[in-house]
Amino acid sequence: MTRRTTGAWLALLLTAAVSYHVQAQVGSDRLLNAAKEPRNWLVYSGGYFSNRYSLLTQITPANARNLELKWMYQAAVAGAWQTTPLVVDGIMYLTQRPNDVVALDAKTGRVFWIYRHTLDPTQIVCCGANNRGLAILGDTLFMGTLDAHLVAIDAKTGRAVWNTKVADSKGGYSVTLAPLVVKDKVIVGVGGGEYGIRGFVAAYDARNGREAWRFYTIPAPGEPGGDSWKPCPPKTSDSFCDPEAWKHGGGSVWVTGSYDPALNLTYWGVGNAGPDWNNEQRPGDNLYTDSVVALDADTGRLRWHYQFTPHDRYDYDSVQVPVLADITWRGAPLKAMVWANRNGNFYVLDRETGKFLVGKPFVKVNWMDTFDERGRPNQTSQPAGMPTWPGNQGGTNWYSPSYSPHTGLFYVSAWEAYATIFGGTPVEYREGRNFGGGVNRPFVPVPGAPSLPGVRRGPINNWTEAAATGAVLALDAGTGELKWKFPMTDVTDSGILTTASDVLFTGGREGYFQALDARTGSLLWKASLGAQIVSGPITYEVDGKQYVTAISGLSLCVFALRE
Amino acid sequence: MPRLERISRPALWVIVGLLWSASLLVAAKNSTQARDAEYAPADIAYGARLYDAQCTTCHGANGDGVAGVDLRSGRFRNAVTDQDLTRVITTGIQGTGMLAFKFDSSEIAGIIAYLRNMNAFDRRSMKAGDAGRGRTVFEGKGDCARCHRVDAQGARVAPNLSDIGATRSAGMLLRSLTDPTSQMMPINRPVRAVTRDGKVINGRRLNEDTYTVQLFDDQEKLLSLTKADLREYTILTVSPMPSYKDRLTQDELADVVAYLLSLKGR
Repeated sequence: MTRRTTGAWLALLLTAAVSYHVQAQVGSDRLLNAAKEPRNWLVYSGGYFSNRYSLLTQITPANARNLELKWMYQAAVAGAWQTTPLVVDGIMYLTQRPNDVVALDAKTGRVFWIYRHTLDPTQIVCCGANNRGLAILGDTLFMGTLDAHLVAIDAKTGRAVWNTKVADSKGGYSVTLAPLVVKDKVIVGVGGGEYGIRGFVAAYDARNGREAWRFYTIPAPGEPGGDSWKPCPPKTSDSFCDPEAWKHGGGSVWVTGSYDPALNLTYWGVGNAGPDWNNEQRPGDNLYTDSVVALDADTGRLRWHYQFTPHDRYDYDSVQVPVLADITWRGAPLKAMVWANRNGNFYVLDRETGKFLVGKPFVKVNWMDTFDERGRPNQTSQPAGMPTWPGNQGGTNWYSPSYSPHTGLFYVSAWEAYATIFGGTPVEYREGRNFGGGVNRPFVPVPGAPSLPGVRRGPINNWTEAAATGAVLALDAGTGELKWKFPMTDVTDSGILTTASDVLFTGGREGYFQALDARTGSLLWKASLGAQIVSGPITYEVDGKQYVTAISGLSLCVFALRE
Repeated sequence: MPRLERISRPALWVIVGLLWSASLLVAAKNSTQARDAEYAPADIAYGARLYDAQCTTCHGANGDGVAGVDLRSGRFRNAVTDQDLTRVITTGIQGTGMLAFKFDSSEIAGIIAYLRNMNAFDRRSMKAGDAGRGRTVFEGKGDCARCHRVDAQGARVAPNLSDIGATRSAGMLLRSLTDPTSQMMPINRPVRAVTRDGKVINGRRLNEDTYTVQLFDDQEKLLSLTKADLREYTILTVSPMPSYKDRLTQDELADVVAYLLSLKGR
């Protein structure tokens, strides 16, 4: 063998080694350290702590003005596109309506394969064919479906590996969240809070889809928390109470949870009680609706819970992403959970114990006024016909917030000056039928004025600031104190991303994709993408270049710095 | 009123469906909870006229023309909220004679207002405006076309009224005439902008976002302004339209409302 031949072999071996590295499987160890692998985006919220904070620093406040569009990918099915992509070693995986998975080159946007799930025609969802993304373990992707299945897909070929039924879609069950992989299990929750489901979080063996554990978010009588579904009072002629309300008590889980490996706890936000608005027919606190639950990741056993909105009558789902932050609180280190809730309050909890530490409104709130020492709100129901703040869609909602350990700030998309006139009416449970029980009216200053639409329907904001305005709020993660505000004319459903170079990325209904200085909230750069942005941006790196994504309307737009 | 002329089928089942299928959950309390606050007299009056034209063939003038159905009771076993009433009227009920009717939002508002007040409404108090006379007032004494446009006539400074009768209820239109600010849609709010070089721009807002505003200025030009380029930007909340409360008689106001309600667009 000549020296030249030896050199060629060495080069080949080196290439093979590099290729192996590039194509390496995503083991659970990589997931544990996902946030420390910033060139990729391996889990829904960027890491198990769900900070949506990237260590990438190529894009800075000084050069963000040089961002330019690098490529776009166009989906074919109209509707709010809420997904968060994953990026694994140069390959991007994302879901598109209704339940497709697309694999594409993260550098060019060219497609490798598309997997299309065939939906059961009986599937029912309240709010559109939404899917928020994928999980990955090894070479397998996992997607929840609108007809309440969990599907495993080969990441290289796009072929289904297994397909497990999570729940019966005829009863209004669905899986719209991105699954969370912890160790060898794939964890999902079910949507359907408007259809009288009995919600749950369940874990499945990643190898074969067999159910490993299930935690019902609505306890049965005799189970811990079951007594929070109280017996009906003596019947009166003008009231309706359901003695078995727990059976269809809601408690949906439609946004991805978080995981603390040191505590082996996985945290999930639980949705509204059913029926959404007529709380008279379900006496009691209605656990674990509108709560965060901390579950043992191996068994699904409940370790602790905290209920944000007991006996809810406002549809204040607690389906926000639990953000885990190690902070200094009153001079001592704290394993905290920081949470801006749909009910308009910002919370700090001890994530080891669930102890309530801070509760502070971040928008106008009049459904409660004070907390007791255990964090129970003193509810102040408004007289019939009077507005309640925040309105039905909340002070925030499912939009992913961000926490930057670098600034110590928690960033959230907020709806301000937004109220609803709530009213409840009895509703009888029927499988697959709407179970809202509401006669709500938007609060608008002029009778007949356009109210805030659930999703923006066009390019004209004819509801205006009179119906609500949006903002990015930067809050002190330990106190909830407002540090800065970036106001928007229209509300925003966009998630937020921050980076170690103190750049914040976010969108909004107006279709602007914006880079802000995470320290001050000042605008660094913006691009008008033409349609609402209702998902969270991510960032990743390929061949030494940092990219950042925004999904606007039917377009996935990917930006990087100009060469 | 071309839109109404298209509704030619007898309306025997318009209201029957409201009472058709029973639901034990609905109590008297709920029918009051579900109402959309108060109903304007002008809406009730408009609804009475529509009811007479569309519903009496089957339901009778007193709402009891169908056996076992009494619309005057104000209790609807299959409809609790105004939304329910709207749904039943506009989509009908499958398997019954109740058909879907193509009422626009003004007409729906009127019919529901009348149904909710059928028992208490005194027809003798009804001011039946005349659309023809109203047009004369609109174009003459009211001088409305100085700012508003209907089809190809009038100025463009104020909102176009060519289809106002399909989007606003009678009550809203009457209040617009007597207290314009109370009914000014937020998107129509006047804006005042001053550019960095001191140029003053007044106009009516067409659209707005965080960084820009689109408007129709008082010279009838479409303008798009970047807020960062402005020295001053103010959204006014008082309507520039004068009140006609003392400028027109009650009969003239009723006539103008009738004319506006007849404007259904093309």
